[in-house]
Amino acid sequence: MASTPLTLDTINPKVLECEYAVRGEIVILAQKISHLPLIIIIIMLCSQILYCNIGNPQSLGQQPITFFREVLALCDHPALLEKAETRGLFSADSIERASEILHQIPGRATGAYSHSQGIKGLRDKIAAGIEARDGYPADPNDIFLTDGASPAVHTMMQLLIRSKNDGILCPIPQYPLYSASIALHGGTLVPYYLNEAAGWGLEIAELKNQLETAKSKGINVRALVVINPGNPTGQVLAENNQKQIVDFCKDEGLVLLADEVYQENIYVPDKQFQSFKKVARSMGYGEKDISLVSFQSVSKGYYGECGKRGGYMEVTGFSPEIREQIYKLASVNLCSNISGQILASLVMNPPKVGDESYESYLAEKHAILSSLARRAKQLEDAFNSLKGVTCNRAEGAMYLFPNIDLPKRAIEAAKAVNTAPDAFYARRLLNATGIVVVPGSGFGQVPGTWHFRCTILPQEDKIPAIVSRLTKFHKGFMDEFCD
Amino acid sequence: MSSKSLDYENLNENVKKCQYAVRGELYLRASELQKEGKKIIFTNVGNPHALGQKPLTFPRQVVALCQAPFLLDDPNVGLVFPADAIARAKHYLSMTSGGLGAYSDSRGLPGIRKEVAEFIERRDGYPSDPELIFLTGGASIGVMQILNTIIRGAHDGILVPVPQYPLYSATISLLGGSFVPYYLEETANWGLDIGNLRQSVTQARSQGITISVLNVALAYLVYLCICDKVRAMVIINPGNPTGQCLSEANLKKDTITPYIEILFNAHPFMLLQWRRYTRFSISLSPNVSGQIFMGLMVSPPKPGDISYERYVRESKGILESLRRRARIMTDGFNSCRNVVCNFTEGAMYSFPQIRLPPKAIEAAKSAGKVADVFYCLKLLEATGISTVPGSGFGQKEGVFHLRTTILPAEEDMPAIMASFNKFNDEFMEQYETRGLFKDVKRNGETSTCCLHKLASPEKQLASPPSLIPTFM
Repeated sequence: MASTPLTLDTINPKVLECEYAVRGEIVILAQKISHLPLIIIIIMLCSQILYCNIGNPQSLGQQPITFFREVLALCDHPALLEKAETRGLFSADSIERASEILHQIPGRATGAYSHSQGIKGLRDKIAAGIEARDGYPADPNDIFLTDGASPAVHTMMQLLIRSKNDGILCPIPQYPLYSASIALHGGTLVPYYLNEAAGWGLEIAELKNQLETAKSKGINVRALVVINPGNPTGQVLAENNQKQIVDFCKDEGLVLLADEVYQENIYVPDKQFQSFKKVARSMGYGEKDISLVSFQSVSKGYYGECGKRGGYMEVTGFSPEIREQIYKLASVNLCSNISGQILASLVMNPPKVGDESYESYLAEKHAILSSLARRAKQLEDAFNSLKGVTCNRAEGAMYLFPNIDLPKRAIEAAKAVNTAPDAFYARRLLNATGIVVVPGSGFGQVPGTWHFRCTILPQEDKIPAIVSRLTKFHKGFMDEFCD
Repeated sequence: MSSKSLDYENLNENVKKCQYAVRGELYLRASELQKEGKKIIFTNVGNPHALGQKPLTFPRQVVALCQAPFLLDDPNVGLVFPADAIARAKHYLSMTSGGLGAYSDSRGLPGIRKEVAEFIERRDGYPSDPELIFLTGGASIGVMQILNTIIRGAHDGILVPVPQYPLYSATISLLGGSFVPYYLEETANWGLDIGNLRQSVTQARSQGITISVLNVALAYLVYLCICDKVRAMVIINPGNPTGQCLSEANLKKDTITPYIEILFNAHPFMLLQWRRYTRFSISLSPNVSGQIFMGLMVSPPKPGDISYERYVRESKGILESLRRRARIMTDGFNSCRNVVCNFTEGAMYSFPQIRLPPKAIEAAKSAGKVADVFYCLKLLEATGISTVPGSGFGQKEGVFHLRTTILPAEEDMPAIMASFNKFNDEFMEQYETRGLFKDVKRNGETSTCCLHKLASPEKQLASPPSLIPTFM
């Protein structure tokens, strides 16, 4: 009997092409090491593995926001609301909020599939939250609740990409969800380089240049991805920069895909988050002028709820026919997980002044954000103190992306073992110190430059140890490979 | 301003082709009517809790505790949660590094994958490797991920039963693959249809493909594999929408090059695993609450556990009720005029065949609707019962069905079946006798009289099925 085995030769080649360095080679190596017998780990490393590769705050000790978890627990087990003892275990406003949410769910059934865009009452709350944030109205029918922001990004790529001739403008460096998703859907990534010397600034001249180059190669550029605050680069766009970007998309007929998941992670007093929708509306542009998608997630911010899988996209400026198609795609998976939906509504509508939980909520939020700001600065300073390393400040997001001027001999040594030079450095770093970072080649960089992405998430008390181990390793590495 | 960058004309063709009737036209119309104040009974999707089924208590207790671990430190937690739920919450939390809020391994928490593998081994009597388990945010995602790995282009076919749950047709469309149907035979309790396969082989022969045949079914499938048309075969067991449970003999015969076998024989195996891992890792991890529910599903309370009695009572109660409702519904449909219905052996659906009179089919055409869509819309408007037309799942040409669920509450069932029966009678009355009323002039006055009623329903002639079913 003939069989058609699934091999690397016969697998979907788009699956082969797509790479996702955040959980790539270095991380897998780290996981292998962590599974080795203890004695070997002790011999190999000074102490335990420190995962600085992924924006996964709660895996490194960050605590969830109490009020959010209270509401979620009550919604997961509504029978609790019928017990008198529950009042002794939960805050009054969490009970009230859970009751309000359950009232908006038919049959109070949190285990039922919801509307494919998400529960209407929750979308109403999210739209109200967007309006309060931006000062411009938001329509609940424009909201599609998803299992994190990533599925929403995939949906848009699916709609936009017909063939390899369709291109999507992406920042370099970029969060590799975009490159992976474009590869998976068979499109072409059209890179635009952020300017490292100018704090990872986004220049319109560069956008225009790359657009023209792509067009001359016969590529239909369909959309522009902007990550603000940036990942891995952490820059927060200035408002006039955003206006230029909006005009660019409007003039060129590009869909603006605004990844705004780090909107609550801003660490510098001289910058502020403005949503692209707010900027566009402030310029007098409405539904007819610009097609805009904003992605938000519950995984980042000060809530850091990665494992809950919650998020949404707000879709404006599309025809009813396209809206129907987006709905259709959402309906094939029926709906996103309800707990994640509820969390998204809490994130966009947290406790307010006067609520019983407001003070403790605010204290928790403030503690997390100020700690992140401190860690960002400590690590930035540490990287900048290393020989041959320069590091732009993290204005926002959760990462640092230092530039290493690798010595020629290190580059040659890397080539000799068939490894990218920054991966070579990262592997040595892991083996020597247990620190896991992601090589810059996983995000894209100007050819001939080398970086790695390191999160600012290890707990504050671990930072000194990280800095000293890193410093020691780096000195040893440079001594070994410098002329 | 230049024209909109994304409009219907320049939309990905695969998205246009993709259809998913379960939340398609009927559901959208039902939602509209609901907004206008009409009472709707949603039987379009297998959504038990939406129709009043209560969640099991123990899993909800455990997940609530995992959701809010600070409860575990509260001295009063034992007043509200039983000890075994508390212990189990601690057990699952210890498997995580950071609780429910941290991304897990992209394949899911190793501890839970181990529980799943152990469950499979207990159930089947054969070992199962946790490294081959990928936990997903619902089964649909798993289906899509696997098909994404297999389908390279239009020359890659996936064998899918017809009727089928339209996740398969929708996903194959989206991925640009080919849907290769194998028809289930309604009169043989939805078993594999040999007649159809014979026809397909004849068709293949006419295209110049030579096949020496001993076993027609096997040969057809082999032919497809040789020509690289078919890369995988979908089997839905118990069936959706058809509800049949395949026998062991059936499975042995029908399962040719199942996907899992392919994976085991593939070279190089580990690199292939790595590639599938990459594809899964882009979505980072499935939601952790869902993973814990899966753990609870495969290792429920055991005899002797505090929550055991209640758990058994709740789950048995639900399953026995489903069995009774399956019976009520099947019998109810079979007692309706022009309706025949196979018994729901498993799953959650009833898939009655409605023998639509020619006049009804004509009326549907004039209204620009597929015949079963026409019937289901009328059913919805008359009774509020929201079903999914059989064309959404695939069926032989000229044969019509609708899918409903067996999920409405038991006490509501008799009224629902009576409501359906009444509507169906009126519909059949209208379309069987329409045109047979003659205006009779008597004493200068015109009156109408009915010439005759049809003695028996007209037989629907099942025309040879086309290889590519159209899903509306």
